[in-house]
Amino acid sequence: MDLNVIQQYIPLYVEAAILTVRLAFFGILGATVVGLMCSLIQYYHFPILHRFVNGYVELSRNTPLLIQLFFLYFGLPKIGIVMQSETCAIVGLIFLGGSYMTEAFRSGFEAIPKIQEESGLCIGLKKWQVIIYILLPQAFLVSLPAFLANVIFLIKETSVFSVVALADLMYVAKDLIGLYYETEEALFLLVVSYLIILLPISILFTLVERRLKHVAIGN
Amino acid sequence: MWQSAIDVLFQGRNAIRLLEGLWVTIRIALISIALSILLGMLFGFLMKSERRLVRFLCKIYLEFIRIMPQLVLLFLVYFGLARTLQLNLSGESASILVFTLWGTAEMGDLFRGALESIPKHQYESGMALGFTNRQLYVQVILPQTIRRLLPQAMNLVTRMIKTTSLVVLIGVVEVVKVGQQIIEATRLTTPGTALVVYSVIFFLYFMICYPITRIAKRLEQSVEGGS
Repeated sequence: MDLNVIQQYIPLYVEAAILTVRLAFFGILGATVVGLMCSLIQYYHFPILHRFVNGYVELSRNTPLLIQLFFLYFGLPKIGIVMQSETCAIVGLIFLGGSYMTEAFRSGFEAIPKIQEESGLCIGLKKWQVIIYILLPQAFLVSLPAFLANVIFLIKETSVFSVVALADLMYVAKDLIGLYYETEEALFLLVVSYLIILLPISILFTLVERRLKHVAIGN
Repeated sequence: MWQSAIDVLFQGRNAIRLLEGLWVTIRIALISIALSILLGMLFGFLMKSERRLVRFLCKIYLEFIRIMPQLVLLFLVYFGLARTLQLNLSGESASILVFTLWGTAEMGDLFRGALESIPKHQYESGMALGFTNRQLYVQVILPQTIRRLLPQAMNLVTRMIKTTSLVVLIGVVEVVKVGQQIIEATRLTTPGTALVVYSVIFFLYFMICYPITRIAKRLEQSVEGGS
């Protein structure tokens, strides 16, 4: 392994890592919002909507992100829906992550005893107030471990973004291998980059989860 | 326009070629799953080893495999081994190797969790009844472990099948590659093919994974109801 070569390529990887993190951030944010809405729809059994949500969850959980991206990026333009690479990647990540987040939040909502909601309504809170002040804070704590696991899962899934023509970490690595045969250096930097992104998050989440074990939820 | 795009699917051997491509990914998944189940059991026992060093090494292995995206592992094996060990694996064998390494780690962890969830009195009762160690495991512990393990293991199976779609990125000719060939061949005559082909691949994956997910969910309910 050549240290000079490594030094030379670091800026490329930094740029790619920033792209990965940025797309992952927006994707996860969007997925959280989608997940929250879908899990509320499921929890309240909204007439027709909850069927759509069920269908969406099954469809998204049982297909790979790679195929979803191919469909979005190469398939949809044929019916006039053209998206830029970045938009496409974020939409794909939201489509995939939304369903995982839905499942995480749904288990949180289901863990709250019905009496909480009924008490809220009894003391005259409106439905949205019940959701925001009573259900969400409690559900969030219950679903936090699943939520954090999903965040790491979604960051890892971003590794396929190179198929929609984005210069992410995998793309840079493959470029260096293909063009210059700097295989060892390229792969070394690739592994290090992902470790730098994922290891702190993973350790932080483990700590959060450990603390959470001591939090008792009052019923 | 759409009629002709759908017709492309049934022209010549296109439909059969797509299914053959799908079989390539499924075969990779099935071989890796079978190996992962066997090696995962060993790994699960290894993680409960009495030696701290063994436990520590197992933990490092598990965490490394878990934290790396599967595509990075594929690159490491496919490009890395060829360069450092002069070991030229075909894309398919590299994929099987990677998915087995990954599956072993995940399956091993599930197995360890299931073993630990068996209450201690099961071991003690077995020994009190005079079972040998082997009888104890084969007749008392393992049947219960497998019952608890099954739903999660099935979920892992769908995850592995979904993840095998990545092998196209290290040059294995599978369903996506065949799809791209069909799209390329008809690019000028019927441009709508891309949408049709990718929709078909999407639903092929769905039709394979959905039943397994359903069975897993049902098993989960029956395990919960049983205990």
